[in-house]
Amino acid sequence: MKIGITCPYSWDVPGGVQQHIRDLAEALIDEGHEVSVISAADDDTPLPPYVTPAGRAVPVPYNGSVARLSFGFLSTNRVRRWIKEGGFDVLHVHEPEIPSLSLLACWVASGPIVATFHTAIPRSRILLVTYPVVRTGLEKINGRIAVSEAARTTLVEHIGGDAVVIPNGVATPRYRKAEPLPGWPGPGGAIGFLGRLDEPRKGLSVLLKAFEILGPERPGLRLLVAGRYADADELLHKLPAGLRDRVVLLGQVSEDEKVRLLHSVDVFCSPNTGGESFGIVTAEAMAAGLPVVASDIEAFRQVLRGGEAGELFANGDAADLARAAGRLLGDPARRAELSAAALAAVADYDWSVVARDVYSVYETVVLGSTEVAVTASGGEFG
Amino acid sequence: MITDIVIVVAAALFIGVYVSWRAGRIDRLHARVDMARAALDATLLRRSSVALELATSGLLDPATSLLLASAVHGTKDITSRPRDLAESDLTRALRAAFSQPDFRASIDGKEGADELLAEVEAAAHQVFLARKFYNDVVAATRLARSRPLARVLRLSGRATAPEFFEMDDSLVAENTSAPLGR
Repeated sequence: MKIGITCPYSWDVPGGVQQHIRDLAEALIDEGHEVSVISAADDDTPLPPYVTPAGRAVPVPYNGSVARLSFGFLSTNRVRRWIKEGGFDVLHVHEPEIPSLSLLACWVASGPIVATFHTAIPRSRILLVTYPVVRTGLEKINGRIAVSEAARTTLVEHIGGDAVVIPNGVATPRYRKAEPLPGWPGPGGAIGFLGRLDEPRKGLSVLLKAFEILGPERPGLRLLVAGRYADADELLHKLPAGLRDRVVLLGQVSEDEKVRLLHSVDVFCSPNTGGESFGIVTAEAMAAGLPVVASDIEAFRQVLRGGEAGELFANGDAADLARAAGRLLGDPARRAELSAAALAAVADYDWSVVARDVYSVYETVVLGSTEVAVTASGGEFG
Repeated sequence: MITDIVIVVAAALFIGVYVSWRAGRIDRLHARVDMARAALDATLLRRSSVALELATSGLLDPATSLLLASAVHGTKDITSRPRDLAESDLTRALRAAFSQPDFRASIDGKEGADELLAEVEAAAHQVFLARKFYNDVVAATRLARSRPLARVLRLSGRATAPEFFEMDDSLVAENTSAPLGR
């Protein structure tokens, strides 16, 4: 099948949606499909052969932060040309509610369209989704996929219609083996964390508070922390002086470094306080066979099978986290048990499985339909 | 003796008049701050409303439209984000839309396009002016309030010190060959 996929965010900025699209495209290609992705990306960005740049990914304020998106008539023209030349059997747009390529593709295309919604839309943004230009685009979609129950719920409650839930995939083989970082995890044990440090909902502050409790109890214990941050000093100054040098910040890490980090610690912590629709990072840790301690938010409850494949602690409760992590660190047998359970649970999320689920959605929408074309009315710009 | 009394009374009278004039001046400055703030609010509202008009005009592609509408939405939702940041976001969204290469050419000739663009630019320029005037009078007021006499005698009464309104209000992008705004 010829499949066209749109990525609304800049390809070279690390992010969950970009990674999802890359892994999905590669899994579909492995299955023998012909896949073309158009992505927000500058023309000189190095791209895999199946990606077409839409030109000019512009940093703009959106939803309270700055995102690099592709919009405007030039991007529209590129999308139109890509659809015209692609001759796709199905068009798969991601996050069409974002002002970027996917919305543009919905606008200019006709024919079978599948959309994937990655995040639960916050209440304050609902109004914008019902905004006419978005609604017109969304109405053209034939099949909708939500990556989580939470994302599906907002669709059902606020936009109307339903969506099938197909969770994110994990490229599990990529995480299976890696060389630990030199000197890690060390005799006193180590806890790992991955995620933006300055995004409060990622919950690093909960983990640091728990470390204040755990640190004195377990003298050699260290924290290995990776992720983008604005001000590391400010972050660590809240910790007592004796603990500060036991927290190692790696900054933003590459894919390969990420896998090494996962093999450098004894326990992985996902202290997110909310806003997480699936928790791909948690699943990646599971794919590395790492025992996970996670907050008991809905997304983690699901991926950890209600606590069978990892420890859950009361969301936001540092003392409970310290208790759960402490118990794991002191019990190698339990860690081995959870590691095996995590590997088994995460197999359900492997991309090969997920791509087949997505493909069956394609098969459904192309029934009795012609190939994807450009609409006559869809945004003609000189 | 009599002359002494006259001098003392005259001096007391003079000081009284001077102090009350200073207090009156601070009071008038506060009133001017309020007026300038009202004018600034009015220009910000007007800018939001013409930006929304542009977003819903059908002149732009849906992504740019949604970007603008979302930024306008942010300026109305004062609970989740400070006003100055939300207004700056709207400026940046407008700038991102306007600074596309050949932006003008892309909508040239469409009905109402020139008028609407001119209106957005005018509204943005008014924000720039109103904010400048507001910050000027805030600066004067803060200076008057900070004088020793005003502080010791608490001439500003219960009125709180006015705050500057800082935001990004330039539609002209740096390093662009085709600037917009004035």
